Amino acid sequence: MSTTFNRKHLLGIRDLSAEEITYLLDTAETFRDVSRREIKKVPALRGRTVINLFFEASTRTRTSFEIAAKRLSADAVNISVSTSSVSKGETLLDTARNLEAMAPDCIVVRHSMAGAPHHLARMCNAPIVNAGDGSHEHPTQALLDGLTIREYKGRIDGLNIAIIGDILHSRVARSNIHLLTKLGATVRVAGPGTLVPAEFAELVEHGLRVEQRIEDAIEGADVVMILRIQRERQNAAFFPSMREYSVHYGLHPSHLERASRDVIVMHPGPINRGIEISSEIADGSRSLILDQVTNGIAVRMAVLYLLARGNHSAHEEASVKPAGPAGPVGNAKRVRKGIRA
Amino acid sequence: MDFVEKARIMDGPRINRALARLASEIVEENHGAGDLYLVGIRRRGVPLAERMADKIADLEGARPPVGILDITLYRDDLSTVGAEPIVNRTELPGDIESRNIVLIDDVLYTGRTIRAALDQLIDYGRPRRVQLAVLVDRGKEHRELPIQADYIGKLVPTKKSEIIKVMLQDFDEEEGVAIVERPSAETG
Repeated sequence: MSTTFNRKHLLGIRDLSAEEITYLLDTAETFRDVSRREIKKVPALRGRTVINLFFEASTRTRTSFEIAAKRLSADAVNISVSTSSVSKGETLLDTARNLEAMAPDCIVVRHSMAGAPHHLARMCNAPIVNAGDGSHEHPTQALLDGLTIREYKGRIDGLNIAIIGDILHSRVARSNIHLLTKLGATVRVAGPGTLVPAEFAELVEHGLRVEQRIEDAIEGADVVMILRIQRERQNAAFFPSMREYSVHYGLHPSHLERASRDVIVMHPGPINRGIEISSEIADGSRSLILDQVTNGIAVRMAVLYLLARGNHSAHEEASVKPAGPAGPVGNAKRVRKGIRA
Repeated sequence: MDFVEKARIMDGPRINRALARLASEIVEENHGAGDLYLVGIRRRGVPLAERMADKIADLEGARPPVGILDITLYRDDLSTVGAEPIVNRTELPGDIESRNIVLIDDVLYTGRTIRAALDQLIDYGRPRRVQLAVLVDRGKEHRELPIQADYIGKLVPTKKSEIIKVMLQDFDEEEGVAIVERPSAETG
Protein backbone atom coordinates (compact mmCIF):
# COMPACT_ATOMS: atom_id res chain seq x y z
CA MET A 1 0.00 0.00 0.00
CA SER A 2 2.91 2.32 0.50
CA THR A 3 3.96 2.34 -3.15
CA THR A 4 2.76 5.13 -5.36
CA PHE A 5 2.80 5.99 -9.04
CA ASN A 6 5.25 8.82 -9.59
CA ARG A 7 5.78 8.62 -13.32
CA LYS A 8 5.18 11.56 -15.57
CA HIS A 9 3.95 9.52 -18.55
CA LEU A 10 2.22 6.24 -19.21
CA LEU A 11 3.92 4.94 -22.34
CA GLY A 12 3.78 1.20 -21.90
CA ILE A 13 3.47 -1.66 -19.47
CA ARG A 14 6.95 -3.06 -20.17
CA ASP A 15 8.74 -0.50 -17.98
CA LEU A 16 6.31 -0.67 -15.05
CA SER A 17 6.91 -2.71 -11.91
CA ALA A 18 4.33 -5.14 -10.56
CA GLU A 19 3.80 -2.72 -7.65
CA GLU A 20 3.08 0.21 -9.96
CA ILE A 21 0.60 -1.87 -11.96
CA THR A 22 -1.15 -2.99 -8.78
CA TYR A 23 -1.33 0.60 -7.56
CA LEU A 24 -2.94 1.67 -10.85
CA LEU A 25 -5.48 -1.18 -10.61
CA ASP A 26 -6.27 -0.36 -6.96
CA THR A 27 -6.85 3.28 -7.85
CA ALA A 28 -9.04 2.28 -10.81
CA GLU A 29 -11.22 0.19 -8.51
CA THR A 30 -12.14 3.32 -6.57
CA PHE A 31 -12.98 5.19 -9.74
CA ARG A 32 -15.31 2.40 -10.80
CA ASP A 33 -17.62 3.55 -7.99
CA VAL A 34 -17.92 7.06 -9.46
CA SER A 35 -19.53 5.68 -12.64
CA ARG A 36 -22.10 3.82 -10.56
CA ARG A 37 -23.38 6.98 -8.88
CA GLU A 38 -26.27 9.08 -10.04
CA ILE A 39 -23.93 12.06 -10.32
CA LYS A 40 -21.05 10.48 -12.23
CA LYS A 41 -18.57 13.25 -11.69
CA VAL A 42 -15.94 14.27 -9.16
CA PRO A 43 -14.16 17.64 -9.10
CA ALA A 44 -10.65 16.13 -8.93
CA LEU A 45 -9.35 17.61 -12.22
CA ARG A 46 -11.48 20.73 -12.35
CA GLY A 47 -9.82 23.34 -14.56
CA ARG A 48 -7.40 20.86 -16.15
CA THR A 49 -7.32 20.19 -19.88
CA VAL A 50 -6.86 16.80 -21.51
CA ILE A 51 -6.18 16.60 -25.25
CA ASN A 52 -7.01 13.39 -27.09
CA LEU A 53 -4.76 13.37 -30.13
CA PHE A 54 -5.78 10.47 -32.35
CA PHE A 55 -3.93 9.74 -35.58
CA GLU A 56 -5.80 6.47 -36.02
CA ALA A 57 -9.48 5.70 -36.19
CA SER A 58 -10.97 4.91 -32.79
CA THR A 59 -14.40 5.20 -31.30
CA ARG A 60 -14.22 3.15 -28.16
CA THR A 61 -10.86 4.27 -26.80
CA ARG A 62 -11.31 7.94 -27.68
CA THR A 63 -14.79 8.04 -26.19
CA SER A 64 -13.55 6.20 -23.12
CA PHE A 65 -10.76 8.73 -22.53
CA GLU A 66 -13.19 11.58 -23.15
CA ILE A 67 -15.76 10.28 -20.68
CA ALA A 68 -13.02 9.53 -18.15
CA ALA A 69 -11.72 13.11 -18.40
CA LYS A 70 -15.22 14.56 -18.08
CA ARG A 71 -16.08 12.45 -15.05
CA LEU A 72 -13.01 13.95 -13.41
CA SER A 73 -14.29 17.45 -14.33
CA ALA A 74 -11.40 18.03 -16.76
CA ASP A 75 -12.05 19.65 -20.12
CA ALA A 76 -11.49 17.13 -22.89
CA VAL A 77 -10.58 18.23 -26.41
CA ASN A 78 -10.59 15.65 -29.19
CA ILE A 79 -8.40 16.01 -32.25
CA SER A 80 -8.58 13.37 -34.95
CA VAL A 81 -6.33 13.14 -37.94
CA SER A 82 -8.95 13.94 -40.54
CA THR A 83 -9.65 17.35 -39.07
CA SER A 84 -6.14 18.31 -38.07
CA SER A 85 -3.43 20.19 -39.90
CA VAL A 86 -1.52 16.92 -40.23
CA SER A 87 -3.33 16.65 -43.52
CA LYS A 88 -1.68 19.94 -44.42
CA GLY A 89 1.78 18.44 -43.90
CA GLU A 90 2.59 19.30 -40.28
CA THR A 91 4.85 16.83 -38.47
CA LEU A 92 3.81 14.91 -35.38
CA LEU A 93 6.19 16.91 -33.25
CA ASP A 94 5.05 20.30 -34.56
CA THR A 95 1.45 19.31 -33.96
CA ALA A 96 2.23 18.30 -30.40
CA ARG A 97 4.24 21.45 -29.69
CA ASN A 98 1.46 23.64 -30.96
CA LEU A 99 -0.99 21.84 -28.75
CA GLU A 100 1.41 22.12 -25.86
CA ALA A 101 1.53 25.88 -26.31
CA MET A 102 -2.15 25.83 -25.36
CA ALA A 103 -1.14 24.48 -21.93
CA PRO A 104 -2.84 21.09 -21.69
CA ASP A 105 -2.29 19.09 -18.52
CA CYS A 106 -2.14 15.79 -20.36
CA ILE A 107 -1.95 14.63 -23.98
CA VAL A 108 -3.41 11.23 -24.90
CA VAL A 109 -1.87 9.97 -28.15
CA ARG A 110 -2.79 7.24 -30.55
CA HIS A 111 -0.53 6.78 -33.57
CA SER A 112 0.11 4.09 -36.18
CA MET A 113 3.88 4.32 -35.60
CA ALA A 114 5.39 2.41 -32.69
CA GLY A 115 7.25 4.81 -30.42
CA ALA A 116 5.36 7.96 -31.41
CA PRO A 117 4.18 8.66 -27.82
CA HIS A 118 7.72 8.00 -26.52
CA HIS A 119 9.04 10.52 -28.99
CA LEU A 120 6.54 13.12 -27.79
CA ALA A 121 7.35 12.33 -24.17
CA ARG A 122 11.00 13.16 -24.82
CA MET A 123 10.27 16.36 -26.68
CA CYS A 124 7.27 17.83 -24.83
CA ASN A 125 6.63 18.93 -21.27
CA ALA A 126 3.06 17.68 -20.93
CA PRO A 127 2.41 14.21 -19.51
CA ILE A 128 1.79 11.76 -22.37
CA VAL A 129 -0.53 8.76 -22.28
CA ASN A 130 -0.05 6.13 -24.95
CA ALA A 131 -3.48 5.17 -26.27
CA GLY A 132 -1.97 2.70 -28.73
CA ASP A 133 1.17 3.05 -30.87
CA GLY A 134 1.29 0.82 -33.93
CA SER A 135 1.85 -2.81 -33.00
CA HIS A 136 3.80 -1.83 -29.90
CA GLU A 137 1.78 -1.12 -26.74
CA HIS A 138 -1.70 -0.18 -25.55
CA PRO A 139 -1.19 0.15 -21.80
CA THR A 140 -4.68 1.26 -20.75
CA GLN A 141 -6.21 -1.73 -22.58
CA ALA A 142 -3.97 -4.12 -20.66
CA LEU A 143 -4.86 -2.33 -17.40
CA LEU A 144 -8.59 -2.59 -18.06
CA ASP A 145 -8.17 -6.26 -18.94
CA GLY A 146 -6.22 -6.77 -15.72
CA LEU A 147 -8.93 -4.96 -13.74
CA THR A 148 -11.63 -7.14 -15.35
CA ILE A 149 -9.75 -10.36 -14.59
CA ARG A 150 -9.18 -9.25 -11.00
CA GLU A 151 -12.88 -8.41 -10.65
CA TYR A 152 -14.02 -11.86 -11.76
CA LYS A 153 -11.15 -14.06 -10.58
CA GLY A 154 -10.08 -12.11 -7.52
CA ARG A 155 -6.43 -12.32 -8.59
CA ILE A 156 -4.08 -12.53 -11.55
CA ASP A 157 -1.23 -14.41 -9.88
CA GLY A 158 -1.24 -18.11 -10.78
CA LEU A 159 -3.89 -17.91 -13.51
CA ASN A 160 -3.55 -19.60 -16.91
CA ILE A 161 -4.37 -17.14 -19.65
CA ALA A 162 -4.66 -17.92 -23.37
CA ILE A 163 -4.31 -15.16 -25.97
CA ILE A 164 -5.56 -16.22 -29.38
CA GLY A 165 -5.25 -14.60 -32.78
CA ASP A 166 -3.04 -12.09 -34.55
CA ILE A 167 -0.35 -11.76 -31.90
CA LEU A 168 2.16 -10.28 -34.35
CA HIS A 169 0.25 -7.08 -35.04
CA SER A 170 -1.39 -6.75 -31.66
CA ARG A 171 -0.37 -4.02 -29.24
CA VAL A 172 -3.10 -5.35 -26.96
CA ALA A 173 -1.32 -8.72 -26.83
CA ARG A 174 2.08 -7.16 -26.14
CA SER A 175 0.85 -4.95 -23.31
CA ASN A 176 -1.17 -7.81 -21.83
CA ILE A 177 1.74 -10.26 -22.01
CA HIS A 178 3.87 -7.80 -20.04
CA LEU A 179 1.17 -7.01 -17.49
CA LEU A 180 -0.05 -10.55 -16.90
CA THR A 181 3.39 -12.15 -16.60
CA LYS A 182 4.61 -9.36 -14.29
CA LEU A 183 1.65 -10.09 -12.02
CA GLY A 184 2.42 -13.81 -11.96
CA ALA A 185 0.10 -15.34 -14.58
CA THR A 186 1.14 -17.92 -17.17
CA VAL A 187 0.33 -16.77 -20.69
CA ARG A 188 0.00 -19.04 -23.71
CA VAL A 189 -0.39 -17.50 -27.14
CA ALA A 190 -1.66 -19.25 -30.27
CA GLY A 191 -2.72 -18.39 -33.78
CA PRO A 192 -1.63 -18.93 -37.39
CA GLY A 193 2.12 -19.54 -37.53
CA THR A 194 2.60 -16.45 -39.68
CA LEU A 195 0.97 -14.31 -36.96
CA VAL A 196 2.54 -15.98 -33.94
CA PRO A 197 6.29 -16.17 -34.50
CA ALA A 198 8.19 -18.52 -32.17
CA GLU A 199 10.53 -15.64 -31.21
CA PHE A 200 7.66 -14.20 -29.20
CA ALA A 201 8.65 -16.51 -26.37
CA GLU A 202 11.66 -14.23 -25.84
CA LEU A 203 9.51 -11.14 -25.27
CA VAL A 204 9.46 -11.69 -21.52
CA GLU A 205 11.80 -13.60 -19.27
CA HIS A 206 9.34 -16.21 -18.07
CA GLY A 207 5.67 -17.05 -18.02
CA LEU A 208 5.06 -17.03 -21.79
CA ARG A 209 4.59 -20.02 -24.09
CA VAL A 210 3.95 -20.08 -27.82
CA GLU A 211 1.56 -22.85 -28.92
CA GLN A 212 0.86 -24.05 -32.44
CA ARG A 213 -2.76 -25.06 -31.90
CA ILE A 214 -5.36 -23.00 -30.13
CA GLU A 215 -6.61 -26.14 -28.38
CA ASP A 216 -3.25 -26.41 -26.61
CA ALA A 217 -3.38 -22.79 -25.50
CA ILE A 218 -6.93 -23.09 -24.18
CA GLU A 219 -6.35 -26.37 -22.29
CA GLY A 220 -7.13 -25.61 -18.65
CA ALA A 221 -7.21 -21.85 -19.24
CA ASP A 222 -8.88 -19.58 -16.66
CA VAL A 223 -9.11 -16.70 -19.12
CA VAL A 224 -9.30 -16.74 -22.93
CA MET A 225 -8.49 -13.46 -24.66
CA ILE A 226 -9.45 -13.25 -28.30
CA LEU A 227 -7.78 -10.67 -30.50
CA ARG A 228 -9.36 -8.88 -33.38
CA ILE A 229 -8.20 -9.74 -36.89
CA GLN A 230 -6.78 -6.39 -37.92
CA ARG A 231 -7.70 -6.16 -41.55
CA GLU A 232 -6.10 -2.73 -41.74
CA ARG A 233 -2.70 -4.16 -40.88
CA GLN A 234 -2.86 -7.22 -43.16
CA ASN A 235 -0.69 -5.93 -46.00
CA ALA A 236 0.61 -9.39 -46.81
CA ALA A 237 -1.22 -12.69 -46.97
CA PHE A 238 -0.78 -14.07 -43.47
CA PHE A 239 -3.59 -16.59 -43.92
CA PRO A 240 -5.54 -17.69 -47.00
CA SER A 241 -9.01 -16.35 -46.20
CA MET A 242 -11.23 -15.07 -43.41
CA ARG A 243 -13.29 -18.23 -43.77
CA GLU A 244 -10.28 -20.44 -43.26
CA TYR A 245 -9.18 -18.34 -40.28
CA SER A 246 -12.59 -18.75 -38.72
CA VAL A 247 -12.51 -22.52 -39.15
CA HIS A 248 -9.04 -23.02 -37.67
CA TYR A 249 -8.58 -20.13 -35.27
CA GLY A 250 -12.03 -18.76 -34.49
CA LEU A 251 -13.27 -19.44 -30.96
CA HIS A 252 -16.21 -21.86 -30.91
CA PRO A 253 -18.16 -23.24 -27.94
CA SER A 254 -16.46 -26.64 -28.28
CA HIS A 255 -13.09 -25.02 -27.53
CA LEU A 256 -14.25 -23.89 -24.12
CA GLU A 257 -14.86 -27.48 -23.00
CA ARG A 258 -11.07 -27.77 -22.70
CA ALA A 259 -10.80 -24.68 -20.54
CA SER A 260 -11.29 -24.36 -16.81
CA ARG A 261 -14.94 -24.77 -15.76
CA ASP A 262 -15.36 -21.11 -14.86
CA VAL A 263 -13.40 -19.73 -17.81
CA ILE A 264 -14.03 -16.13 -18.81
CA VAL A 265 -13.74 -14.84 -22.38
CA MET A 266 -12.46 -11.38 -23.27
CA HIS A 267 -12.03 -9.40 -26.46
CA PRO A 268 -10.71 -5.82 -26.81
CA GLY A 269 -13.30 -5.00 -29.49
CA PRO A 270 -14.55 -4.20 -31.99
CA ILE A 271 -15.44 -7.84 -32.61
CA ASN A 272 -15.65 -9.49 -36.02
CA ARG A 273 -18.60 -11.77 -35.33
CA GLY A 274 -18.24 -15.23 -36.79
CA ILE A 275 -14.57 -14.72 -37.63
CA GLU A 276 -12.39 -14.68 -34.52
CA ILE A 277 -15.26 -15.36 -32.11
CA SER A 278 -18.64 -17.00 -32.58
CA SER A 279 -21.70 -14.94 -31.69
CA GLU A 280 -22.76 -17.63 -29.28
CA ILE A 281 -19.68 -17.01 -27.15
CA ALA A 282 -19.56 -13.24 -27.64
CA ASP A 283 -23.12 -12.90 -26.36
CA GLY A 284 -22.87 -15.74 -23.84
CA SER A 285 -22.56 -15.71 -20.08
CA ARG A 286 -18.78 -16.22 -20.10
CA SER A 287 -18.18 -13.15 -22.20
CA LEU A 288 -16.93 -10.07 -20.34
CA ILE A 289 -16.63 -7.88 -23.42
CA LEU A 290 -18.95 -5.18 -22.09
CA ASP A 291 -17.45 -5.33 -18.59
CA GLN A 292 -14.12 -4.55 -20.25
CA VAL A 293 -15.62 -1.41 -21.75
CA THR A 294 -17.02 -0.32 -18.38
CA ASN A 295 -13.70 -0.95 -16.66
CA GLY A 296 -11.92 1.00 -19.39
CA ILE A 297 -13.42 4.22 -18.07
CA ALA A 298 -12.31 3.46 -14.50
CA VAL A 299 -8.76 2.68 -15.62
CA ARG A 300 -8.51 5.82 -17.73
CA MET A 301 -9.89 7.94 -14.89
CA ALA A 302 -7.17 6.54 -12.63
CA VAL A 303 -4.44 7.20 -15.20
CA LEU A 304 -5.59 10.73 -15.99
CA TYR A 305 -6.02 11.50 -12.29
CA LEU A 306 -2.51 10.34 -11.45
CA LEU A 307 -0.84 12.08 -14.40
CA ALA A 308 -2.77 15.30 -14.96
CA ARG A 309 -2.63 16.56 -11.37
CA GLY A 310 0.84 17.86 -12.06
CA ASN A 311 2.80 16.79 -8.99
CA HIS A 312 4.69 13.86 -10.44
CA SER A 313 8.43 13.79 -9.92
CA ALA A 314 10.43 15.10 -12.85
CA HIS A 315 13.33 12.67 -12.60
CA GLU A 316 11.41 9.99 -14.41
CA GLU A 317 11.72 11.82 -17.74
CA ALA A 318 15.30 10.68 -18.11
CA SER A 319 14.34 7.04 -18.00
CA VAL A 320 12.08 7.13 -21.06
CA LYS A 321 13.33 4.36 -23.26
CA PRO A 322 13.14 4.08 -27.03
CA ALA A 323 10.33 2.05 -28.51
CA GLY A 324 10.47 -1.71 -28.55
CA PRO A 325 10.10 -4.00 -31.55
CA ALA A 326 9.60 -1.42 -34.25
CA GLY A 327 12.49 0.81 -33.20
CA PRO A 328 12.60 4.53 -32.55
CA VAL A 329 10.65 7.00 -34.59
CA GLY A 330 12.43 10.08 -35.87
CA ASN A 331 15.75 11.39 -34.63
CA ALA A 332 15.02 15.00 -33.83
CA LYS A 333 17.53 16.68 -31.56
CA ARG A 334 16.69 17.76 -28.05
CA VAL A 335 17.32 21.42 -28.72
CA ARG A 336 13.92 22.86 -27.88
CA LYS A 337 13.75 20.98 -24.65
CA GLY A 338 16.89 22.67 -23.38
CA ILE A 339 15.53 26.10 -24.08
CA ARG A 340 12.24 25.38 -22.40
CA ALA A 341 13.59 23.74 -19.30
CA MET B 1 10.06 13.27 11.12
CA ASP B 2 9.95 13.28 14.88
CA PHE B 3 7.40 15.41 16.64
CA VAL B 4 7.80 16.63 20.18
CA GLU B 5 4.82 15.84 22.38
CA LYS B 6 3.87 18.93 24.37
CA ALA B 7 0.79 17.75 26.20
CA ARG B 8 -1.51 14.76 26.47
CA ILE B 9 -5.02 16.19 26.50
CA MET B 10 -7.15 13.04 26.38
CA ASP B 11 -6.61 9.39 27.25
CA GLY B 12 -8.67 6.34 26.23
CA PRO B 13 -11.39 6.57 28.93
CA ARG B 14 -11.75 10.31 28.31
CA ILE B 15 -12.28 9.75 24.57
CA ASN B 16 -14.89 7.15 25.45
CA ARG B 17 -16.73 9.50 27.82
CA ALA B 18 -16.65 12.30 25.24
CA LEU B 19 -18.16 10.00 22.61
CA ALA B 20 -20.88 8.91 25.06
CA ARG B 21 -21.80 12.55 25.70
CA LEU B 22 -21.79 13.35 21.94
CA ALA B 23 -24.03 10.33 21.27
CA SER B 24 -26.53 11.51 23.82
CA GLU B 25 -26.47 15.09 22.49
CA ILE B 26 -27.02 13.81 18.96
CA VAL B 27 -30.09 11.72 19.82
CA GLU B 28 -31.52 14.54 21.93
CA GLU B 29 -31.12 17.10 19.14
CA ASN B 30 -32.51 14.71 16.49
CA HIS B 31 -35.38 13.40 18.65
CA GLY B 32 -34.14 9.83 18.67
CA ALA B 33 -32.21 7.70 16.22
CA GLY B 34 -34.98 7.21 13.65
CA ASP B 35 -33.70 9.31 10.76
CA LEU B 36 -30.06 9.40 11.84
CA TYR B 37 -27.26 8.42 9.47
CA LEU B 38 -23.66 8.74 10.67
CA VAL B 39 -20.90 9.39 8.14
CA GLY B 40 -17.25 9.01 9.14
CA ILE B 41 -14.58 10.87 7.21
CA ARG B 42 -11.52 8.74 6.40
CA ARG B 43 -9.45 7.77 8.19
CA ARG B 44 -10.02 8.43 11.85
CA GLY B 45 -13.60 9.63 11.50
CA VAL B 46 -14.60 6.10 10.52
CA PRO B 47 -13.90 4.24 13.78
CA LEU B 48 -15.27 7.24 15.69
CA ALA B 49 -18.53 6.96 13.73
CA GLU B 50 -18.72 3.22 14.43
CA ARG B 51 -18.21 3.77 18.17
CA MET B 52 -20.76 6.56 18.19
CA ALA B 53 -23.29 4.28 16.45
CA ASP B 54 -22.73 1.64 19.15
CA LYS B 55 -23.36 4.22 21.88
CA ILE B 56 -26.54 5.43 20.15
CA ALA B 57 -27.68 1.80 19.92
CA ASP B 58 -27.17 1.48 23.71
CA LEU B 59 -29.26 4.59 24.31
CA GLU B 60 -32.05 4.09 21.78
CA GLY B 61 -32.06 0.38 21.02
CA ALA B 62 -31.56 1.05 17.33
CA ARG B 63 -28.20 1.46 15.59
CA PRO B 64 -28.08 4.16 12.93
CA PRO B 65 -26.43 3.27 9.59
CA VAL B 66 -22.77 4.28 9.20
CA GLY B 67 -21.25 5.45 5.93
CA ILE B 68 -17.69 6.30 4.92
CA LEU B 69 -16.46 9.30 2.95
CA ASP B 70 -13.07 9.51 1.27
CA ILE B 71 -12.68 13.14 0.33
CA THR B 72 -9.49 12.81 -1.77
CA LEU B 73 -11.21 13.56 -5.08
CA TYR B 74 -12.90 16.63 -3.61
CA ARG B 75 -9.87 18.30 -2.08
CA ASP B 76 -8.97 21.84 -3.10
CA ASP B 77 -5.23 21.36 -2.61
CA LEU B 78 -4.61 18.51 -5.02
CA SER B 79 -1.45 19.87 -6.59
CA THR B 80 0.16 20.85 -3.29
CA VAL B 81 -0.22 17.58 -1.41
CA GLY B 82 3.09 15.81 -1.33
CA ALA B 83 2.86 12.06 -1.06
CA GLU B 84 -0.14 10.64 -2.82
CA PRO B 85 -2.21 8.35 -0.67
CA ILE B 86 -4.27 5.79 -2.48
CA VAL B 87 -7.76 7.03 -3.22
CA ASN B 88 -10.00 4.91 -1.04
CA ARG B 89 -13.59 4.04 -1.60
CA THR B 90 -16.54 6.03 -0.43
CA GLU B 91 -19.30 3.80 0.92
CA LEU B 92 -22.73 5.20 1.62
CA PRO B 93 -25.04 2.18 1.90
CA GLY B 94 -28.75 2.75 1.40
CA ASP B 95 -30.25 6.12 0.74
CA ILE B 96 -29.12 9.38 2.33
CA GLU B 97 -32.16 11.20 0.98
CA SER B 98 -34.25 12.82 3.75
CA ARG B 99 -31.93 11.50 6.47
CA ASN B 100 -30.36 13.49 9.28
CA ILE B 101 -26.68 13.11 8.49
CA VAL B 102 -24.05 13.57 11.17
CA LEU B 103 -20.57 13.99 9.66
CA ILE B 104 -17.91 12.74 12.05
CA ASP B 105 -14.21 13.57 12.00
CA ASP B 106 -11.43 13.52 14.54
CA VAL B 107 -10.22 17.14 14.33
CA LEU B 108 -11.80 20.37 13.04
CA TYR B 109 -9.11 22.84 11.98
CA THR B 110 -9.38 24.96 8.79
CA GLY B 111 -12.77 23.55 7.79
CA ARG B 112 -11.58 22.60 4.30
CA THR B 113 -12.00 18.87 4.84
CA ILE B 114 -15.60 19.44 5.89
CA ARG B 115 -16.23 21.63 2.82
CA ALA B 116 -14.99 18.75 0.63
CA ALA B 117 -17.12 16.26 2.55
CA LEU B 118 -20.23 18.41 2.14
CA ASP B 119 -19.68 18.73 -1.61
CA GLN B 120 -19.25 15.01 -1.96
CA LEU B 121 -22.23 14.17 0.24
CA ILE B 122 -24.51 16.34 -1.86
CA ASP B 123 -23.37 14.50 -5.02
CA TYR B 124 -24.89 11.38 -3.46
CA GLY B 125 -28.27 12.84 -2.60
CA ARG B 126 -30.18 15.49 -0.71
CA PRO B 127 -30.15 14.88 3.03
CA ARG B 128 -32.72 16.71 5.10
CA ARG B 129 -30.08 18.06 7.41
CA VAL B 130 -26.32 17.75 7.83
CA GLN B 131 -24.63 18.25 11.19
CA LEU B 132 -21.01 17.99 12.24
CA ALA B 133 -19.50 16.18 15.22
CA VAL B 134 -15.76 16.28 15.99
CA LEU B 135 -13.66 14.83 18.76
CA VAL B 136 -11.41 17.90 18.91
CA ASP B 137 -12.11 21.47 17.77
CA ARG B 138 -8.90 23.48 17.43
CA GLY B 139 -10.73 26.78 17.75
CA LYS B 140 -12.53 29.22 15.52
CA GLU B 141 -9.52 31.44 14.87
CA HIS B 142 -8.01 28.78 12.56
CA ARG B 143 -11.09 28.47 10.38
CA GLU B 144 -10.65 29.39 6.71
CA LEU B 145 -14.30 28.76 5.82
CA PRO B 146 -17.59 29.52 7.63
CA ILE B 147 -17.91 26.02 9.09
CA GLN B 148 -18.54 25.17 12.76
CA ALA B 149 -19.18 21.94 14.61
CA ASP B 150 -22.57 21.13 16.16
CA TYR B 151 -21.11 18.62 18.61
CA ILE B 152 -17.62 19.01 20.09
CA GLY B 153 -15.78 16.43 22.19
CA LYS B 154 -13.17 18.89 23.43
CA LEU B 155 -12.29 22.44 22.47
CA VAL B 156 -8.51 22.83 22.35
CA PRO B 157 -7.17 26.28 21.45
CA THR B 158 -3.88 25.74 19.63
CA LYS B 159 -1.12 27.57 17.81
CA LYS B 160 -0.65 27.08 14.07
CA SER B 161 2.73 25.44 14.65
CA GLU B 162 1.11 22.78 16.80
CA ILE B 163 -0.51 19.61 15.54
CA ILE B 164 -3.30 17.62 17.18
CA LYS B 165 -2.48 13.95 17.09
CA VAL B 166 -5.45 11.65 17.57
CA MET B 167 -4.53 8.04 18.26
CA LEU B 168 -7.13 5.27 18.02
CA GLN B 169 -6.40 1.60 18.53
CA ASP B 170 -7.83 0.88 15.07
CA PHE B 171 -4.76 2.53 13.52
CA ASP B 172 -2.34 3.23 16.37
CA GLU B 173 -0.73 1.41 19.26
CA GLU B 174 -2.56 3.41 21.90
CA GLU B 175 -5.61 5.59 22.51
CA GLY B 176 -5.33 9.26 23.23
CA VAL B 177 -5.10 12.83 21.96
CA ALA B 178 -1.86 14.80 22.18
CA ILE B 179 -0.61 18.23 21.18
CA VAL B 180 2.65 17.79 19.29
CA GLU B 181 4.96 20.27 17.62
CA ARG B 182 7.61 20.03 14.94
CA PRO B 183 11.15 20.55 16.23
CA SER B 184 11.85 24.30 16.00
CA ALA B 185 14.58 23.81 13.34
CA GLU B 186 11.78 22.89 10.94
CA THR B 187 9.94 26.17 11.24
CA GLY B 188 10.51 29.02 8.84
